[in-house]
Amino acid sequence: MQVHELRRKIVDRLFTIACFGATVLALVALVFILWSLVIQGIGSLDLHVFTQSTPAPGSQGGLLNAIVGSLMMCMLAMIIALGIGILAGTWLAEYGGRTPYGAVVRFMNDVLLSAPSILVGLFIYELLVRPFHGFSGYAGAVALAFLATPIVTRTTEDILNLQPHTLREAGIALGTPQWRVIRQILWRAATAGLVTGGLLGFARISGETAPLLFTALNNQFFSLDMGHPTASLPAVIFQYALSAYDDWRRLAWAGSLIIAVVVLSISIIGRFMTREKFKP
Amino acid sequence: MLDVSEVTGGGIMPPPTLHQGEPAAIPHAKGAWFDPVFEGLCFGAATLLLASLSGLVISLAIGGWPALSHFGLSFFTSTTWNPVDDVYGAAGPIVGTILTAFVALAIALPLAIGIAVYLVEFCPRMLARSVSIAVELLAGIPSIVYGMWGLFVFAPLFAKYVQMPLIMHAAPGSLAEKLFAGVPNGANIVTASIILAIMILPYMATVLRELLLTVPPQVREAAYGLGCTPFEVVTSVIVPYVRRELVGVVMLGLGRALGETMAVTFVIGNAHGFPKSLFASGSTLASTIANEFTEATGELHTSALIALGLVLFMITFSVLALARALLSTKKV
Amino acid sequence: MTTAAIDADALECIMQEPPSSSLVMEARNLNFFYGKHQSLFSVSLPVQRNAITALIGPSGCGKSTLLRVLNRIYALYPGQHCTGRVVLNGEDVLHEQKRLRWLRKRVSLAVETQTGPDPIEHDQALRAGTDLARLRARVGMVFQKPTPFPMSIYDNIAFGVRIYHRKTKAEMDVIVEKSLRRAALWDEVKDKLHAPGLGLSGGQQQRLCVARGIAVEPEILLLDEPASALDPVSTAKLEATLLELKKEFTIVIVTHNLQQAARIADYTGFMYLGRMVEFGPTNGLFMNPQLQQTRDYVTGRFG
Repeated sequence: MQVHELRRKIVDRLFTIACFGATVLALVALVFILWSLVIQGIGSLDLHVFTQSTPAPGSQGGLLNAIVGSLMMCMLAMIIALGIGILAGTWLAEYGGRTPYGAVVRFMNDVLLSAPSILVGLFIYELLVRPFHGFSGYAGAVALAFLATPIVTRTTEDILNLQPHTLREAGIALGTPQWRVIRQILWRAATAGLVTGGLLGFARISGETAPLLFTALNNQFFSLDMGHPTASLPAVIFQYALSAYDDWRRLAWAGSLIIAVVVLSISIIGRFMTREKFKP
Repeated sequence: MLDVSEVTGGGIMPPPTLHQGEPAAIPHAKGAWFDPVFEGLCFGAATLLLASLSGLVISLAIGGWPALSHFGLSFFTSTTWNPVDDVYGAAGPIVGTILTAFVALAIALPLAIGIAVYLVEFCPRMLARSVSIAVELLAGIPSIVYGMWGLFVFAPLFAKYVQMPLIMHAAPGSLAEKLFAGVPNGANIVTASIILAIMILPYMATVLRELLLTVPPQVREAAYGLGCTPFEVVTSVIVPYVRRELVGVVMLGLGRALGETMAVTFVIGNAHGFPKSLFASGSTLASTIANEFTEATGELHTSALIALGLVLFMITFSVLALARALLSTKKV
Repeated sequence: MTTAAIDADALECIMQEPPSSSLVMEARNLNFFYGKHQSLFSVSLPVQRNAITALIGPSGCGKSTLLRVLNRIYALYPGQHCTGRVVLNGEDVLHEQKRLRWLRKRVSLAVETQTGPDPIEHDQALRAGTDLARLRARVGMVFQKPTPFPMSIYDNIAFGVRIYHRKTKAEMDVIVEKSLRRAALWDEVKDKLHAPGLGLSGGQQQRLCVARGIAVEPEILLLDEPASALDPVSTAKLEATLLELKKEFTIVIVTHNLQQAARIADYTGFMYLGRMVEFGPTNGLFMNPQLQQTRDYVTGRFG
């Protein structure tokens, strides 16, 4: 009996240590990554990065055009994603979510959520690049919208489902048309959640590379015209990292740091906004 | 028309003068006409979502058809990938994709479970919150950052401290030599798998942790109350409780790993064909597409790449569909 | 005083109704179904003008269901339907008449009033937007849990009015003040009309909901256990408000608190297992219940 007890204790101890070890290992690896990123990135970060466009190898330059290009495409993508995503999420939560068709839509939304982003790039290439014989920032924005919309849809549906049904009934009991109940009462009550959905979507797409490779391509020069190939941070990083030039590689690190900081900040803000609301 | 006197056979106070078809004294709600329009808009958005996914598959199928019809079934079995001769076979990337994903999962899953269990069962409450949030935030870091780190930091280290010693100490002609053969620059499938594992680790840990938290506290308390050690509680009670969803979460992680592009492309070496040793370079479906698409030479090359995309979609869709089906009971 | 004894299955029912000339609303022979499950059996309810009518009974007896038939809020949920008759000031509001002016392309409104409709067709009729909205403008509702809208106190009250009327700011100010005074909330909030409604205490929120409900000047105000989430002090304030309100409005209140019914109601209906068992003046029901079931409930034998 004692041996059995001892064995149980040992197994449990080992298990606890293993779990703790796993956590430490993972945290160490991740801290290592972030640390490398900061060290390499900070070293390459100076004012030029934000004021000059991407250079030819050997000359000085920055990432201005890439940053601006990314911003433009992400903004446009979010406008599209919010427009479609909020409406679709509202439909799932308020209208047809409980029908078989609604189940199919929800399922497909979830699949799109986790689908490989490079395939979205291929699709938009077929849809918007090939027929028009040219890469463009618009195509890139649409591809990004593809990736952000499922996130917005999901968070919209979730946050609307969290609203107490008495809120709906109180609106309807006054004789309010349903769309006004949704717009003036439900969406207003769910504002924090909807904004978070938008932020999460933005955070996701700001770092996406693959879908931009065949849609917006890249642009060495500064341009505000989205009808032609548009520079973006991820695309520039991809090109520069795999190159043989030292200064290009340094810029790639700077760009990675910028992206990581942006994504982390947005995630933190989004998390902060819904912290209180989600507590039951 | 309703006869007022019919009701309760008596004299209910007569209503304000009502002719048939005339609106009563109260005006109707403003904007009620917009209701069906709004519903239509929402329905349209939802259908657009559905249509776009269908459009994705269709365009992949159309784009890949020339290559598929040209090579037939050999497309899936041939490892030749030669843009010069315009001969393409997907076996190499397919194997590379599945191999890296499974190895990555094999590495990441135990660690993720360990982390999730630690955070839920053992970690002191205050610390648990911060660590959980940290892990969740890390899950959001874009894959290109992992790719960068993999290429510039991990690969050289791996080459120096793992590959070189193994190669040098492998006796000539032995099995070990064959196993460890490869250019010692750290760009091989093992490195790619490790980077992939690190990449999906925070995501899996977060989702697993949330899954473990769905177990009602009463179940946990009952087990502890019987005198079980934490190990027994976890393995005998909690894991079986969420067994179905656990598989679903694993499949989600697998789906992610299969479709990852950037974390892998940087360090896999991009050689076509089957990897011949542990440290050989390889390729995945996603990395091949990413590397070659913009410089594709000719229609058939482009079509072959799109066909690769179709194959990737088929694989990930099956895995993700299965995952969602398993997770349908709990919203994770 | 008319007395009618209606036999509903095995349960007896005794109704002592107010004079029919004093009725604002009458429900007759209501049968309510959640899908296939029936939860109201031939229920009748007369509602006297400018009086408080209370519905009491143990949990699950159907009193809330009955209340929700009166403004057809159950129409929100597919699978729930009701047969019978509800007459509001002479107009049948349960079943829509086929009025050509209101006929919309999407929904068929043709429904029989005499014999009761086919339930499925009836449900389709219930989805009609405009006419239901008009009914709900005439029948207001306050819910168990206070549900202020996510907007300022002022906007909460103005919201319902704005659905139907276009008022100038001055006119709206008057309406808001009048409603808040009637709900005995004005003094507490007059300095912070533009503060969010959610910032008020539970009791104040509930009175805000009452003010919101009466701002549109409904013919009837329905309240579903309005004080169950409130502390005793807030409850007392709410009850005092209702007693004042009945001078201008008609009130139907569902309550599980017998003392509350005894305190404020003029007429009380006791329900059990989906049937109206006994209905009559409150004093009579409590002091001298005619049926054994009623006697057992009001004396606390069960419930």
